[in-house]
Amino acid sequence: MNCPATPVEPRIETRDLCVSFAGKPALKEVNLCVYPCERLAIIGPASSGKTTFLRCLNRLNDLTHSFSHAGQVLFDGREIYAPGVDVSDLRRRIGMVYATPMPLPWSIYDNLAYGPKLAGIRNRVMLDERVETSLRSAALWEEVKDRLREPAHNLSGGQQQRMCLARVLALRPEALILDEPCSGLDPISTGKIEDALAELKSRHSIVLVTNNTKQAARSSDRTAFFLMGELIEVGATEQVFTNPVDKRTNDYLIGQFG
Amino acid sequence: MRLHPATTERAVVTLLWAMAGITICALAFIIIFILAHGLPHISREFLADSPRSMGREGGIFPMIVGSALVAGLAVLIAAPIGVATAIYLTEYTREGRLTAVIRFGADCLAGIPSIIFGLFGFVFFAIVLGMGLSVISGALTLTLMVLPTIIRTSEEAIRAVPQAYREVSYGVGSTRWQMVTRVVLRSALPGIGTGIILSLGRSISETAAVMLTAGSALRMPQSLLDSSRTLALHFYILSREGISMTNAYATASVLIIAILALNLFAYWLMSRFVARVR
Repeated sequence: MNCPATPVEPRIETRDLCVSFAGKPALKEVNLCVYPCERLAIIGPASSGKTTFLRCLNRLNDLTHSFSHAGQVLFDGREIYAPGVDVSDLRRRIGMVYATPMPLPWSIYDNLAYGPKLAGIRNRVMLDERVETSLRSAALWEEVKDRLREPAHNLSGGQQQRMCLARVLALRPEALILDEPCSGLDPISTGKIEDALAELKSRHSIVLVTNNTKQAARSSDRTAFFLMGELIEVGATEQVFTNPVDKRTNDYLIGQFG
Repeated sequence: MRLHPATTERAVVTLLWAMAGITICALAFIIIFILAHGLPHISREFLADSPRSMGREGGIFPMIVGSALVAGLAVLIAAPIGVATAIYLTEYTREGRLTAVIRFGADCLAGIPSIIFGLFGFVFFAIVLGMGLSVISGALTLTLMVLPTIIRTSEEAIRAVPQAYREVSYGVGSTRWQMVTRVVLRSALPGIGTGIILSLGRSISETAAVMLTAGSALRMPQSLLDSSRTLALHFYILSREGISMTNAYATASVLIIAILALNLFAYWLMSRFVARVR
């Protein structure tokens, strides 16, 4: 299937993306677009290729030695796997939040300033400003503004995950990719992150992998359903949830498997 | 016969306490024995003077300098090489035949008796490379000797850094080298430091290898190409040749105190570092 006709150019687009690890296929001919200012949710049972897909978008799969791929991944129309692409720059433009909160063993401030510093920002005032605005966007500023120098490990799980979101936002990315960011969090923290994402979509393209179909229904504009490495269907979230085209999508949503 | 779990628990705790106690007691006995014999003879003159009549009289200042030079230089050379090797093994290469060979080599090196290192150093550095019995020959020999320790402890410390930290670092756009220096080494530093301190301690207390490479000249070394006697070797010669047991004990006391002070200082540094990072 192809991207639906829309007047906007996709921000991220995959064309016939196939991925395998040590010869074992993980993704099969995935064609999927992510548009500016939208939240795309990816749902599907375990080992359906959701995370693999996500990690292709910022080339994090490159770290896995057995990884190989075919097809294209375009970001703003440019192939990101082309030779000569600055991977560090790509990862700054497509920021990733992981499934478990992963604070580096430093202070909150150092966690947030790490990315901007790598990007060459040395100016104290600019760093402070980035730290504050990204913490505000992640709805964490009020809770931590007096303890920025404290170890990030002291934060609660939900706060840590919002800090990880803020750490990515401090890069001023154009797209956000989130790999089950709320899987270990309580409902209140989950709500805060979902609210933050709703706020952020006005400036970013967001791809949200989630095991929680309710979360996908709540906080996405379009939903894609993956099964065994294949993209089964993608469409407006409401349509996918109320009137899925494929029977397998329906089976998954009503809990027949997965 | 089946013992009640609580009885077993008590027995095990007692046994473990006893084992730990024996270790501590043995260690304490040795240290107290030597310090009791040596400390009364340590004076400002003993520390600051040169030895007279083969060490029967006078002090040990040249030996203190010799020890510091030989051991310090050895660790100064070995630490960068060892840490770099560990970084290469853990971060820059995949597990394969090459890493297996390097690791096997390091382990073999660690198991070789120090007198063999001394013999090799004597033949290779002193004779083949023409460095003679000198501070630099001794230091290079000790470098080879402590290299495996530094490599393996650094490797362990680097491996203990969670993989997730690396992904986070890549995720915010670091290169591999930035990831290694700013995340991995920063977290692994206490472990790496411990390995380096162990090596420094081992270098200071090494006797056989330096006897064959740094020689046993009593005078103050004027250059790195001069022969120099280290504290450990001085102690060995004083006691072995029956020159002066009191001075031997005093020398040993200085050696023990120096190593103790070094370790305490290093742990203090490390705890400060850890407190700052965490």
